[in-house]
Amino acid sequence: MTALPDTLGGAARALASGELSSRDLVSSCLARIEAGQHLNAFVSIDAERALEAAAAADNRPAADRGPLNGLPIAVKDIFCQTGVRTTAGSRMLEHWRAPYDATVIERLAAAGAVLLGKTNMDEFAMGSSGENSYFGATRNPWNENHVPGGSSSGSAAAVAAGMVPAALGTDTGGSIRQPAAFCGLTGLKPTYGRVSRWGMIAFASSLDQAGPMAWDAADLALLLNVMAGVDHRDSTSVDEIVPDYTAGLTASVRGLRIGLPGDLLGADVNAEVRAAVDASRKVFESLGASIVPVSLPTALAGVPAYYVLAPAEASANLARFDGVRFGHRCADPQSLEDLYLRSRSEGFGAEVKRRILTGTYALSVGYYDAYYLQAQKIRRLIRDEFLAAFRNVDAILAPTTPSPAFALGEKTDDPVAMYLQDVFTIPANLAGIPALSMPAGMTDGLPLGVQLLGPHFGEGKLLQLAYAFQQATDHHLRRPGSAAA
Amino acid sequence: MAIDAEQVRRIAHLARIGLAADEADRYIDDLESILTMVERMHAVDTSGVTPLAHPIDVSQPLRPDRVTESDQRDAYQADAPAVANGFYLVPRVVE
Amino acid sequence: MSQWETVIGLEVHVQLATASKIFSGAANRFGAEPNRQASAVDLGLPGVLPVLNEAVVRMAIRFGLAVDAEIAGTTQFARKNYFYPDLPKGYQISQLDHPIVGRGHLDIIVPGNDGDTVKTIGITRAHLEEDAGKSIHDQVPGLTAVDLNRAGTPLLEIVSEPDLRSAAEAVAYLRELHAIIRDLGISDGNMNEGSMRCDANVSIRPRGESKLGTRTEIKNLNSFRFLEKAIEFEVERQQEILESGGRIRQETRLYDAERNETRSMRSKEEAEDYRYFPDPDLLPVTITPAQIEAVRAEMPELPRARRERFMKQYGLSGYDSRMVASDHATAAYFEACVAVAGDAKLTANWVMGELASVLNREEKDIDTAPVAPAALGRLISRIQDDTISSKIAKTVFEIMVTDGGEADAIIEARGLRQMSDSGELERLVDSVIADNPDQVAQYRAGKTKLLGYFVGQIMKATGGKANPGQLNELLRARLDGGS
Repeated sequence: MTALPDTLGGAARALASGELSSRDLVSSCLARIEAGQHLNAFVSIDAERALEAAAAADNRPAADRGPLNGLPIAVKDIFCQTGVRTTAGSRMLEHWRAPYDATVIERLAAAGAVLLGKTNMDEFAMGSSGENSYFGATRNPWNENHVPGGSSSGSAAAVAAGMVPAALGTDTGGSIRQPAAFCGLTGLKPTYGRVSRWGMIAFASSLDQAGPMAWDAADLALLLNVMAGVDHRDSTSVDEIVPDYTAGLTASVRGLRIGLPGDLLGADVNAEVRAAVDASRKVFESLGASIVPVSLPTALAGVPAYYVLAPAEASANLARFDGVRFGHRCADPQSLEDLYLRSRSEGFGAEVKRRILTGTYALSVGYYDAYYLQAQKIRRLIRDEFLAAFRNVDAILAPTTPSPAFALGEKTDDPVAMYLQDVFTIPANLAGIPALSMPAGMTDGLPLGVQLLGPHFGEGKLLQLAYAFQQATDHHLRRPGSAAA
Repeated sequence: MAIDAEQVRRIAHLARIGLAADEADRYIDDLESILTMVERMHAVDTSGVTPLAHPIDVSQPLRPDRVTESDQRDAYQADAPAVANGFYLVPRVVE
Repeated sequence: MSQWETVIGLEVHVQLATASKIFSGAANRFGAEPNRQASAVDLGLPGVLPVLNEAVVRMAIRFGLAVDAEIAGTTQFARKNYFYPDLPKGYQISQLDHPIVGRGHLDIIVPGNDGDTVKTIGITRAHLEEDAGKSIHDQVPGLTAVDLNRAGTPLLEIVSEPDLRSAAEAVAYLRELHAIIRDLGISDGNMNEGSMRCDANVSIRPRGESKLGTRTEIKNLNSFRFLEKAIEFEVERQQEILESGGRIRQETRLYDAERNETRSMRSKEEAEDYRYFPDPDLLPVTITPAQIEAVRAEMPELPRARRERFMKQYGLSGYDSRMVASDHATAAYFEACVAVAGDAKLTANWVMGELASVLNREEKDIDTAPVAPAALGRLISRIQDDTISSKIAKTVFEIMVTDGGEADAIIEARGLRQMSDSGELERLVDSVIADNPDQVAQYRAGKTKLLGYFVGQIMKATGGKANPGQLNELLRARLDGGS
């Protein structure tokens, strides 16, 4: 079992050589999922359907095989999949089966991927620790007393535990990058509009993006090739050419310019994280890239602005969960008002309610200008500062998180402390730019991540830089429980 | 940032979130600390800045006026909490 | 004249006649079985997204051009948040800050005792939004049944300035809007089916006062008559309150057609806080001058221009042209009819008279009239060329309505052709004079009113077919000429 390849690239090579079948791979994944149940990485597993899909992939004529033919993949339980329970980690949708596929699900399936199941997540993608799921907290495979990060907690834990070589997450304020950093993975939040949001349950519509999570940049390129592209069902998806990200990986990074944002590094950062950023900088320098300082003076105001904008959008996005057409309805409602109040109170967890209340407050009469509009103005400042910086540099290097994964329960009583976890990830969502987190070191048996941020639709260069970095280092090769940890 | 019980009740009502008495107290504390953190953004000088609603400057693509959807009522109502004769049912609303 | 001045502004919701809904590919049709026309987007299921229908934008621009309004270069959708069972997402996608149609104006014709006057009414704005579904309270006992077929139907909400000063002006404004949207082909304007719905903001103030009084908003005015009645009732109610020293409460009131009264809507008592904000699922829509010009190039003729043209081209009076040119369908019928009939005045009389009363009786619209315009034109031309009299023509028309058929065939088959053969008429005149010596004597003694008696005798003998002009002439010649 341990001999099986745990990356997409490795699995694809084994399939291509005939060394392994998709059924072998999928059976092995299912066995690892079974063995790792205590991590609580999955909400739903569809073993039967997965094995059927694997058999179909094995029997598919070579000419009909897509780029992901037979490769097992898991998706965050925020993507609608026809006939499969889609919960968004909420009691509200505990029994809801989606009547349609998300565009990314459609694209993965069309490329031949075998979908193993739906991964656990913070309820409605609201959380930075994986502790806000109705289906229970997810544990970090590197240290089971620690959080895997969130909100794509199950996707990160599933890949890190070797249950599946890659998984999809979504990232509204860091929900792909932060768990990737906490679990020693490489994760990419694409440019806003790069990947369709159709069929992805909305948290904050102007910030949400789906993206891949895997061990290395090459696997991300493989997945992004399939996921990216305009979709007529999502007006905010952008009709911008999709390059072959895999083909672009191997280009030299010599002469590229990487910015270091002094303003961001001034934030409250753990010494090990700072050291990891510094070491990464040296690696890029050794690869022939030059490091230049960039200025992002407003970026640190991103957290307060985000915690107005995201809850405001969420307060409207989550109004449809009213117990009328789908989802949880309270028992024996006495009036329409009673139906609304109890269904929503019972169906949503504490963090979701907190954000709905915050967002409702920020939009209500008398507060709109001071909160919502001020946050939108800060959003413009942050975006414009990034656009200005990218006139001088190809990418920006920054920490992904202020610290490595914290202990389960450590921050659950302090929502603001939890929110501040997102200080380095939020600016990319506000600016709509792509950002990638990759492993860059270890501390006390827990991985550390650094982040590369790029200009709009600059995913290719981020993947190229990460690939070069991973050719020169071995952080991405570490596995939980291995001697290197 | 001070927020009182009456404000929390009003917001909870607007959002149709039922709060038990003890819960309301907790949310007052939580909202207060969240809003205090949020207030930090008032330190940023934004005079003359236009609010930004969408991060990408593109115009809305439009859909041709064609019927592309067929009747999926059975599928859409399969998991509905209460339906009869194709209608969704809710407690009686008095106009 | 009352000491009070009435001030009215109207908010008119027009359902746009697109094939599909404003944000989804579901059909936009009236009358489907419950929820069979509600797509995942219309139902607001988790994960769905709206995509704007291009026809809706085009139709709104059409309307804007028709009322000389500014068309926005960039228009933005916003979410209006409130909970109601027929509002699936918990918010309505509408427009607040950047409506597609800005300030414009509309001329209305206000009929008065001293003739018609033209008045210009300001249009504040018109914006796009999605319609809600329907809550039905009498379908299932004790429960409210929700049908979301209507959810997502495109609406254009047209807001007027408070420029209207009477119920009659409000009706004239609504009629003109109705005519325009039908001419533009952007809505069928069917008020019974809710294609055009109207809310009225009504206040009164002492005459000469420039400050507006406290207004009430009256909902649910789904016919011209209800609009008129509701305003009249409301104005009277407000006068009574103010004259007895009371104050008007700003509130939403519902018009009850059965009782002909307005009453306060309890459900709207609480001040709403709609928490509008830009819809993050919909980017700003850019409208280029080229797009506007393309729409302008295909603009149809509008009622005002058509009325002017009818006066010029057909020599119709202001009154006649208002009657036949205001409504698109009536005007089309008139033009097809007059092209065959020739005489515009006579055609206008027939369209407004005989045809209108038949349509009224048969409860039909002019586009489904039982007699085609060319057929009526041919009938009218038979009056013109003296084949039949106007009176016989009415008989022929009734036969055309009930049995169908062409005027000429009916005239021939029933022998209704006017008797214009002067030899035949002369013989009849001679015999009537010979048969009534007493009356002839009286006539010649000066009782010339008896001419009618002789005409009647001959009409009776011919079954009304004698050409009345010719007959009069012949009779006079014989009676006055002696012999």
